[in-house]
Amino acid sequence: MGSYLVRRLLTMIPTLLVISFLIFLIIELPAGDYLSNQIDVLRKQGESASIAKLEFLRKEYALDRPFLERYLVWLGAWSGPHGFDGLLQGNWGWSFEFEKPVSEVVGPQIPLTIVLNLSTILFVYMMAFPIGIYSAVRQYSWGDYTATTVGYLGLATPDFLLGLILLYLSNRWFGLSIGGLMDKEYIDQPMSVAKLQSILAHLVVPTIVIGTAGTAGMIRRLRANLLDELNKQYVTTARAKGLGETRLIAKYPLRMALNPFIADIGNLIPSLVSGSVIVSVVLNLPTVGPTLLQALRSQDQFLAGFVLLFVAVLTLIGMLISDLALAVLDPRIRLGAGTSK
Amino acid sequence: MSDTVTPDTPEKKPSGEGGKTGHYVNPAPFNPFSVDELTPEQERYYQASQWKIMWWKFRRHRLAVWAGIILILMYLMVPFAEVIAPYTTEHRDDDHIYAPPQGIHLFHEGSFVGPFVYGYEYELDMERMVHVYKADTTKVQPIRFFCSGQKYKFWNLFEASFHLICPAEGGTLFLLGTDRLGHDMLSGVIYGARISLTVGLVGISIGLILGLLLGGIAGYFGGLADAVIQRMIEILRSLPELPLWMALSAALPVTWSPVWIFFGITIILGLIDWPGLARAVRSKLLSLREEEYARAAVYMGANPSRVIRKHLLPGFTSHIIASATLSIPGMILGETALSFLNLGLRRPAVSWGVLLSEAQNITAVTVYPWLMAPIIPVIIVVLAYNFLGDGLRDAADPYK
Repeated sequence: MGSYLVRRLLTMIPTLLVISFLIFLIIELPAGDYLSNQIDVLRKQGESASIAKLEFLRKEYALDRPFLERYLVWLGAWSGPHGFDGLLQGNWGWSFEFEKPVSEVVGPQIPLTIVLNLSTILFVYMMAFPIGIYSAVRQYSWGDYTATTVGYLGLATPDFLLGLILLYLSNRWFGLSIGGLMDKEYIDQPMSVAKLQSILAHLVVPTIVIGTAGTAGMIRRLRANLLDELNKQYVTTARAKGLGETRLIAKYPLRMALNPFIADIGNLIPSLVSGSVIVSVVLNLPTVGPTLLQALRSQDQFLAGFVLLFVAVLTLIGMLISDLALAVLDPRIRLGAGTSK
Repeated sequence: MSDTVTPDTPEKKPSGEGGKTGHYVNPAPFNPFSVDELTPEQERYYQASQWKIMWWKFRRHRLAVWAGIILILMYLMVPFAEVIAPYTTEHRDDDHIYAPPQGIHLFHEGSFVGPFVYGYEYELDMERMVHVYKADTTKVQPIRFFCSGQKYKFWNLFEASFHLICPAEGGTLFLLGTDRLGHDMLSGVIYGARISLTVGLVGISIGLILGLLLGGIAGYFGGLADAVIQRMIEILRSLPELPLWMALSAALPVTWSPVWIFFGITIILGLIDWPGLARAVRSKLLSLREEEYARAAVYMGANPSRVIRKHLLPGFTSHIIASATLSIPGMILGETALSFLNLGLRRPAVSWGVLLSEAQNITAVTVYPWLMAPIIPVIIVVLAYNFLGDGLRDAADPYK
């Protein structure tokens, strides 16, 4: 297990490097940068006094250097204007728009982003597991049909539209605002039980909204996998020998169907993180989602780059956890070549 | 089965002539293959081509067939949006901003008039700053059919004014209400289908080309190429799509014309979406490459491109079509999400996402809920593609 963990962690390093390069490439795609665009604006207005300051700032953030050098400086693998001072050294960069370090801008949002994604994953598994088993064991029952129909609708309704609909309905029917993270009176208040309750209550809707599509997919796949197993001969044999139905299902077919269920996190997490970004925009949640949108719009490149990297790392860690869980469950994986695919 | 023997070729059999034994032989011609013989139905099945069997199998999937029909109908609307929509997208009715949907009535005060709508009675609620409309039951505005209404340029080629339905002369016809600027929502939804429905098709073709190329290389040649492409696929698949789409489309210059933005968006959607297809192609190629007929072709000296095109491609085309169908809705949703966030297309281009971007403001939505109307076609199309894709996937392997 230990050697598997080490191997798995080592393969993450090149992946992370490639991802960070891709992300830097993407955020550098728009013409110019935040400062040079401001310089252009100022130049058009004929103001030259502040241009010198901005030119100085460009040097400060190594924006005047060639592309590869800029990337390495951002990463912290090349000597920038302040020596080695990049992501590797724990400096997340500077947000031009907020005029604050990136860590101060997104710092408070990161815990909530993680909590939201974690609670969504938990929700997906807690919903999908019993419903999936039920749909497979009681195939073609009313419950199965209902689950399938709801599942299809859940798959087809894009999460941000679902958020919009729920926002509207809750406002209409209950006069309740489900947007935001907590009720207005708790904002800027010290943490208390009532505030925590308010936060938890506000987390319910986004969790459901983000998790629905994933849950629907999970139910479908668990149902299909379990059905495959249930039709095999060993199940018939066990039944013929008089094993109780519950024990029979839990003991063999379920364990077989569980593997792909766990491995599915790999497909689930990227879509959940995607969903959490846009749902946060719709429901006005203080996660990194709205910040990313704002940063992209204003070309606040270091902020955008960091948020992109953060969500990518979040999915990678999720996959790591799913791989480890699989390795615990299935000795073939931890003793085998180390790749599950 | 070509070796069926028809019963009308009787063979001479030794009959019990002059027989004292009382040995009885059935005079009917004997067909030793009668057990193997096929009913006409079976024969039809066994002689049908692969695609025909797929079609039969697909037809049994009722939901998929209906989904296909709905999609065909919706795509038929695409070229004729100008004729079907009662208004053009440029049309702005300044007197009817945020007007609610007008219901279609048939009877006015007990007498039959045919389909008509009641005009609006308008009032601005100064206290809440809300536009309030009421149906004015004195204004009966019969809907005209096959009529001459607003002028438009059909396919940008020639001017015409023929519409399927038009409002009454001097009246209005906002069956789904109007938005912040007085655009008719229904016309917007009909015109928006143009972009929203084609964005998936163009995007998937780009994704398909990339997926076939890279998946084909990885699956057929294996070795280093396979390893490198596999890594790329894994990395791209582990990244959340939407933030990447957002970042890439934020990079599209704002000065571009809507047409270029449209192509930019489709390329972005295709660029991020190919890994799924490439993986399908690769795994399918890997298994088909080991089949005897493919090996035989290699041993006979066929070059790789011929083996892939003539021997392997027919084996997995159906699978690829099915998985491509299943990834179209993701692209449609991607465009909708991007335009919703104002990162994709903008007016004057109209797509369902552009229309929905009006619904970003939640206070507007609670007062004017019809702004959310474009959600309905989005859900219908995505559902239909999912059902169609499911049906195609089940039919893709007809011999199973």
